[in-house]
Amino acid sequence: MGYKQILDAYKNIPGGMIEAFNAIQDIYSYLPEEAIIEAAKVFNVPVSKVYDVTTFYSMFSIKPRGKNVIRICQSAPCHVAGAAEVVAALERELGIRIGESTADGKFALETTECVGQCQDTPVITINGKPYMGVTPATVVDILAEYK
Amino acid sequence: MAEEMRVVLRNYGKINPLKIEDYLSVGGYEALKKARTMTKKAVIEEVIQSKLRGRGGAGFNTGQKWAFAHETQDDQKYVICNADEGEPGTYKDRMLMENDPHAIFEGMAICGYAIGANKGYVYCRGEYPHLITILKTAIYQAKQRCILEDFDIEVRTGAGAFVCGEETALLESIEGHRGEPRIRPPFPTQKGLWQKPTVVNNVETLANIPVIIDKGAAHFAAIGAPTYPGTKILTLSGDVNNRTFFEVPTNTTIREVIFEFGDGILGDRKFKAVQIGGASGAFIAANDLDTQISFDAMSAINSTLGSGAVYVLDETRDIIDVTTRIARFFEHESCGKCAPCREGTARLHELMWKLNSGRGSAKDIALLKKLGRVMSITCLCGLGQAAPTAILTTIERFSDDYEAKLM
Ligand SMILES: Cc1cc2nc3c(=O)[nH]c(=O)nc-3n(C[C@H](O)[C@H](O)[C@H](O)COP(=O)(O)O)c2cc1C
Ligand code: SF4
Ligand code: FES
Repeated sequence: MGYKQILDAYKNIPGGMIEAFNAIQDIYSYLPEEAIIEAAKVFNVPVSKVYDVTTFYSMFSIKPRGKNVIRICQSAPCHVAGAAEVVAALERELGIRIGESTADGKFALETTECVGQCQDTPVITINGKPYMGVTPATVVDILAEYK
Repeated sequence: MAEEMRVVLRNYGKINPLKIEDYLSVGGYEALKKARTMTKKAVIEEVIQSKLRGRGGAGFNTGQKWAFAHETQDDQKYVICNADEGEPGTYKDRMLMENDPHAIFEGMAICGYAIGANKGYVYCRGEYPHLITILKTAIYQAKQRCILEDFDIEVRTGAGAFVCGEETALLESIEGHRGEPRIRPPFPTQKGLWQKPTVVNNVETLANIPVIIDKGAAHFAAIGAPTYPGTKILTLSGDVNNRTFFEVPTNTTIREVIFEFGDGILGDRKFKAVQIGGASGAFIAANDLDTQISFDAMSAINSTLGSGAVYVLDETRDIIDVTTRIARFFEHESCGKCAPCREGTARLHELMWKLNSGRGSAKDIALLKKLGRVMSITCLCGLGQAAPTAILTTIERFSDDYEAKLM
């Protein structure tokens, strides 16, 4: 489905813009500028208002980013369990820093706060799927699933 | 030996959450049927008498909240299940939704009947995509069997903003706006979603409702601590041997939670501190371990129960470093609507960072205390008000650790 059909599917749902953006990101991994301009038309609000909303939520990206979004939990329970080493391992493995995407467009690296899997820290998510008890050693295997 | 008591998690591991037949076979939706034979007032009275108080952190009397929404006259009202669970260290609502989604819908439908609302929303955080599927499947099954009758439930997904757990920010988000808290009053029970009377309840609060209707207020009120009866699901993280979840009566002590349910501290190390209630919670030292985890017992030691996250640190941990991390959490998550929080959270983090890197002085500690006090009374919502809690309580209870890091 393209962004136009998605926006159309949500246009009659009160407050449906955020739902539509979640659905668009599931496909595009970010919110393309054309989709934002189209959303303003569909939901009958100024473009500035759409940006106002999209830039508020940390899961929305208005910049193109890698297809597989890796997020590393930084909250205190993951912090003491060695989240920093996992960040370093991922940066090394992918050759990018936090906030960047790989040149082949496959991966984006981001930090997040608690994702609610604190029983087995540290935790990362890839496209929303959680991986628990991650270590610099297991990072390689996890990435291989997406390569 | 303290024992677990599963009221909210009554069906955990016993039913397939994706099969409504399973829920029905253990007596599911019987409480809704029963409620519908009672008057609306009688349902609300039963919930008031049970003394159930909100499990989302604020501890407000649930039946009283419903009564306010019931009394407000309007042609349209709403019931909202707050499933934005975001306090670091918390995953109790996830456990509930993963294992027993219908218990939550049943609670919502009973509330809908009592206050006169025919529409409900579950606002689930975007970090739980697998739950969206479970919730939607379960709703579909309930609708197919017409179990909810004229009560409709819709799932809405958040997009990564901790502040959206605050009930008025949540309303803004469902309406499709930035999740910025509203000025109260008016309260949601008067003017909530789209300015209509709305009850916002936590997942765990709602899952208690069928039990109260089914077994009666007196049965529920007799469990745990008298002023905050029932059970609480706790989630353990940090340096304990058994990092998992438990549901215990509210008169269980912190010591029992850590040393019996949590099976003590990892390795052969000693206990240093525990933070209860997520990033917004106070750090508690060893001398307060015999406190009960009820709302009021925790307030009495200047701490909170909050979401029920129990984050344990052993003697080797650097509490200043951890507190600095928590300060950064609030700087990230401040929505920026009000100045004391927008500026305050950044300054708190800056000062903590300075102290943590060994460049701070006693003056900085004094400044943190002053700023923290100002924020706790001037910030618009609970996020900013609670942002200094970890800092203020560690300065007070772990002063030696601060001393050791001074320039
Ligand atoms: C910053 C902030 C975050 C909150 N997050 C949540 C949350 O994730 N879940 C929740 O139920 N309540 C949360 N609350 C509390 C809600 O505002 C509200 O009190 C609660 O949903 C009411 O339900 P209850 O009475 O059943 O507890 C939060 C409050 C604040 C200030
Ligand atoms: S206290 Fe913080 S989070 Fe709450 S309204 Fe003010 S800026 Fe926003
Ligand atoms: S603290 Fe990292 S998943 Fe909860």
